[in-house]
Amino acid sequence: MTWNRFRNLATTYLFILPALLFFVVFSIVPFLKVFQLSVFEWDGISTHMRFVGMQNFTQALFHDSSWWVSMKNAGFITLLALTAQNGLALLLALIVDREIKGKNFYRVVFYLPPVLSGIVVGLVWNWIFDGSHGLLNQLMSHLGLVCWTRAWLADPTTAIWAVALIHMWKGFGWGFVILLVGLQTIPRELGEAARVDGAGEWAIFSRITVPLMLPVFFLVSILTILGTMQIFDIIISTTNGGPGIHTEVPITRILAAMVRSLRFGYACALGVLFGLILLAVSILQMQLSKWSSRFS
Amino acid sequence: MKLLLAHALCLSVAATCLFPLVWMLSSSLKTQSTIFSDMRLWVPNPQWGNYYWAWTKGHFGQYFFNSLVYAIVVVLGVILTSSLAAYAFSRLRFPGKNILFIVLISTMMIPIPGSFIALYVLLVKLHLANTRLGYILPQINGGLALGIFLMKTFFDKLPQDLEDAARIDGCNIFQVYWHVAMPLAKPAIAVLVVFNALAVWNEYLLAMLVLSDRSLMPLQRGLMVFQGSHLTQYPLLMAGIAISIVPIMTLYFLMQRYIVAGITAGALKM
Repeated sequence: MTWNRFRNLATTYLFILPALLFFVVFSIVPFLKVFQLSVFEWDGISTHMRFVGMQNFTQALFHDSSWWVSMKNAGFITLLALTAQNGLALLLALIVDREIKGKNFYRVVFYLPPVLSGIVVGLVWNWIFDGSHGLLNQLMSHLGLVCWTRAWLADPTTAIWAVALIHMWKGFGWGFVILLVGLQTIPRELGEAARVDGAGEWAIFSRITVPLMLPVFFLVSILTILGTMQIFDIIISTTNGGPGIHTEVPITRILAAMVRSLRFGYACALGVLFGLILLAVSILQMQLSKWSSRFS
Repeated sequence: MKLLLAHALCLSVAATCLFPLVWMLSSSLKTQSTIFSDMRLWVPNPQWGNYYWAWTKGHFGQYFFNSLVYAIVVVLGVILTSSLAAYAFSRLRFPGKNILFIVLISTMMIPIPGSFIALYVLLVKLHLANTRLGYILPQINGGLALGIFLMKTFFDKLPQDLEDAARIDGCNIFQVYWHVAMPLAKPAIAVLVVFNALAVWNEYLLAMLVLSDRSLMPLQRGLMVFQGSHLTQYPLLMAGIAISIVPIMTLYFLMQRYIVAGITAGALKM
C-alpha cells in the first residue's frame, strides 16, 4: 500500500471514528451488559455479583404476577391505541386529504400534542382529571351529574381508561400526519377514473385506498405497538402505576426492580424478556406486511 | 351536509387538542384561591407574578437554562458526528463500508427496553453519573441513527460535480465536506435540529436516572420535582409548564415543514 493510499484511508476512518466511538461505548457495551447482568443477582453498588443463571428469568416468567399485570395494562392501552386512536387518525386523514381548506391548520394543530413531552401532558391532564378540584368533575357537577364525579386517575375502575385517553390524545396527531402523507402519494386519477366508471365512495375506499395504503397501515401499527408498550412518561406524571398496580406498565416495573428493590440483575432480565417480546411482535408485523404486499 | 359534518368533526378535534393548553395558560394566571373556584378561561385579573415566582423560587429559571444547554450541545454533537460519518458512507470508499452502515443503523434502531440500566451502570463506572456530560453523551448517541441515515440519503442525492471541482481546486476531503457538502445539506440539517431539539427538550427517563443535583436538572425533571414538593401549588406548576413549552412551541411553529419531512424520513427508515 502506498503512503498516499494509506493516508486517504486513515482520513476516511477519521470521518466515521466519532460515530463509531459513540456507538461502541453507548450502544454496544450497554447492550451486551444487559444480557450479562441478567444472569446475576446484584444490588448495583457492591463489588460482589452472585451468578444465578436463569433464575431471574424463571422468576419473571412464572412467579411475578405484577410483571404480567403490567404487560396486560400496556397491552390494553396498545389495543385502544391501535383501534380508537389510529381509527380517528385515519378518519381525519381521509377528511383532510380531500378538504383543501384548512389542511395546514389542521396539520399544525393535530401535531401539537405529539410535540409536547409526556410529563407536560400528564401534569396538565392531572389537573383536569383531579378528584377534588379537577375541571372534569366541576363540569359534571354543573351539569347535575354529581353521581358520576370521581378521582378519575385514582379510581381502580377508571384509572387505566383515563391514562389510555391521555396517551391517545397525545398520539393520534402523529398517526394522522403519517397517514396523510401516505394518502397524498396515491395518484388522484385512480379515484377519479373509478368515479367516472360509477364506483361509490365505499368501493373507492376499500378497493383502491386500502390496498395501496396497506404498507403504511402496517408501519403505523408497528410503531404504535412499539411506542405504546413502552409508555412511561405519562404514567409517571399521572398515576405512577397506581392505584395499586392498576396502571403499572413494563417500564415502571423494570425501574421499580432497579431503583426501589435494587435488583439490577432482575431488572435486566425483565428488560431482555420485554425486548424479546417486542422483537417477536415486530418480526410478526413485518412478515404480515410482506404477505400483504402481494395484494397491492 | 357531508362537508359540514367533516368540518365539524375536524374543528371539534382541533378544539380538543388546544383546550388543555389554553386551560393550562389560564390556570397559570389565577391565584391559589381562585384557581379552584373560577372556571372561566378568560382571567380578568391575571397574576403575572406567578411566572416570576416559578422562575425564581420554583427554580424554573435554572431548569430552563440547563435544558437550553443540553439541547444546544446535543444538537451540535449529533449534527457534527452524524454528518461526518454520513459523508464517509456516502462519498468515500473503504473496506467494510456497507456492513458497518447496516450494523450501525439497525442496532441503533432496535429498542432494548432494559438498556438504560446498563447505561446507568456504565455512567457510574465512568464517573459520569450526576454530571452534564453524562446526560449529554448518551443523547448524542441516541440521535446518531436518524442523523446518519438522513444525512447519507441527502449526500447521496447531491451532484458530485461541485465536489470534484473543489477537489481540483486543491481542497482536501475535509474541506470539501465542510465548505461544499455541508452548506448544501441545510434542509437535512434543519430536520435534525428540530427532531433532536424536541427529543432532548422532552427527555425524562435518563434525566431521572442520571441527574440528582437540582442545579443540573432539565425542565422535565424540574417539573416533576416541583410537583412532588408543592403538590397543590397549581398556578405555579402551570406557569412552570408554560415556561417549559414556550421554546418548543416557537421552534415547532417556525420549522414545522421540516417536522413533516422528518417524520416521513423517520418512517421510511423502518
